[in-house]
Amino acid sequence: MSAVLRAQALGKKYKQRWALQHCDLDVPAGRVVGLVGPNGAGKSTLLNLASGMLTPTAGTIEVCGGRPAEDVEQLAKVGFVAQDTPTYASLSVADHLDFGQRLNPNWDDAVARDRIRRLGLDPKQRAGKLSGGQRAQLALTLGIAKRPELLILDEPVAALDPLARREFMQDLMEAVAEHEMSVVLSSHLVSDVERTCDYVIVLVDSQVQVAGDIDDLVASHHRLTGPRRDPAALPSGQHVISASHTDRQTTLLVRTETAVHDPSWSVTPLGLEDIVLAYMTRPADAFRDTRPALEVLR
Amino acid sequence: MIWLTWRQFRTQVTVVYLALAFLAVLLAVTGPQLADLYASAGDDLFGRITSADQTVYYLGLVIVLLVPAVIGMFWGAPLITRELETGTYRLAWNQSITRTRWLATKLVLTGVATMAAAALASVAVTWWSGPIDQAVNSGGTGADPFYPRIDPLVFGERGIAPIGYAAFAFMLGVTLGVLIRRTVPAMAATLATYAAVQIAMPLWVRPHLAPSVDATLSFTQAKPVNIGIDAVREVDFGQPGAWILSEQTVNASGQPAALPESLTDCSSMSDCAANLTKAGYQQQVSYQPAGNFWTLQWVETGLYLGLTLVLTWFCAWWIRRRLT
Repeated sequence: MSAVLRAQALGKKYKQRWALQHCDLDVPAGRVVGLVGPNGAGKSTLLNLASGMLTPTAGTIEVCGGRPAEDVEQLAKVGFVAQDTPTYASLSVADHLDFGQRLNPNWDDAVARDRIRRLGLDPKQRAGKLSGGQRAQLALTLGIAKRPELLILDEPVAALDPLARREFMQDLMEAVAEHEMSVVLSSHLVSDVERTCDYVIVLVDSQVQVAGDIDDLVASHHRLTGPRRDPAALPSGQHVISASHTDRQTTLLVRTETAVHDPSWSVTPLGLEDIVLAYMTRPADAFRDTRPALEVLR
Repeated sequence: MIWLTWRQFRTQVTVVYLALAFLAVLLAVTGPQLADLYASAGDDLFGRITSADQTVYYLGLVIVLLVPAVIGMFWGAPLITRELETGTYRLAWNQSITRTRWLATKLVLTGVATMAAAALASVAVTWWSGPIDQAVNSGGTGADPFYPRIDPLVFGERGIAPIGYAAFAFMLGVTLGVLIRRTVPAMAATLATYAAVQIAMPLWVRPHLAPSVDATLSFTQAKPVNIGIDAVREVDFGQPGAWILSEQTVNASGQPAALPESLTDCSSMSDCAANLTKAGYQQQVSYQPAGNFWTLQWVETGLYLGLTLVLTWFCAWWIRRRLT
């Protein structure tokens, strides 16, 4: 399967600070990718690099087989709904659709008008008078009706209340199913991602911690609970993500491709949120090494 | 993209062009009257000119003076800055249109509208003021409140120079806006910078844009008009349309010298002139003759258009490099 997003040693530096570093990604097409991480982890930077709003300081990034925003064809392939879903406050909803139609060769006007009608937006209303949720919906409509191969959304629901958040996500998923496009969306809430995505990238402290199919991640991560012992004594196929000890008991969160046979462990499955949180709380100096280094876990 | 540019700027464009249309009508109505008056009165125009005509004359000067500054502030500064401030550039940049084309369309369309507005204002005012400018240059009597068109007070409100000023002020606004990234401070910075350039220009640059004439004139050739305590401040040397850059009184050996009190204590200007001539004093005058008007206009307009191109290039470079 071809990659919709491919990054190699990608990095972006602002003045003295690296906002994103050592980023290697290979995201297959046709996925709904959730990009999660705490605030300031570099999610926006990665998405802005993918949309060509920023140019990399180091490494390369390729989106839909080309350099982001390189030319008109490339621009037409990628839709980007920027953070805070900017719209022209003085233009009406209908003007925005007109704007999309004039500036995009693949524009699907029927889809756009149908969405606006379904959302109950008044075409004559100025975008500046819309609520945050309605503005996000308008920006999403522009992104969808552009008919891109990849739609990138940067924290599309951050400003919305829980109900609007759920409606927006549901609506996005319907559109994805209908139009067969790949989606990358960022959120600092794992629950948003768990509900809608089938692929996850965890970004912490400007580095990618883990990226992969959500089902695969859930299948390969386990919580092991058993008598207290040194995590270094585990078989080589089991990588410890986090470890905690009481006087008599050890609890490990491990990644392993094979089943855990040691009868002294009691093995429990993990939800996506547990896995993501474990990666987020890993000690900072373990980040460079993609294989969790066991000695740093004490 | 043309549609978007128009949609975003139609209010500002309409306001400015409506004001200019109003000015054009006013001038078209009163202009022929003034031309008729000049045709019948000739150089006696200033004795017969109405106070209403004087008001229109100064109104024209003020409007042509203000057009570039207003355009720089209200068209130039917000052009890109407002998109940066509200984040809408992120919407525009993710449609299927390159940033170069986005910028070029905005700059070219608004820039052309800018230059057309300045041209309209300047042509109308220059045409209307034609009789007055001619009367001043041919030494019309009583021309006191009026200045020759080459004089710095009038030069920038005539001919083609305002087109260069407006283009420059517009790009200055765009550039400062992109650098400052906030509309209102950018507008203030545009006005301040533009005013500084407009003051510096006639003081230090324009005198050198065409060869000036240096003449040492006796007080029989140059009639003293204004005599100070120790020097002749102003002379009439038969070129009422010239722009005097500097003048000073020199003694018989050609050295700048203070006049002794005995020479300036005289009952009439002609007595003084006779005294000064007898004592060998002369007046050194450096000036731009009236005939250099169009040379200065073309060179100065070219200079401003050159600056405009430099700013445009810088702006495009900055947006491509620094905003990404």
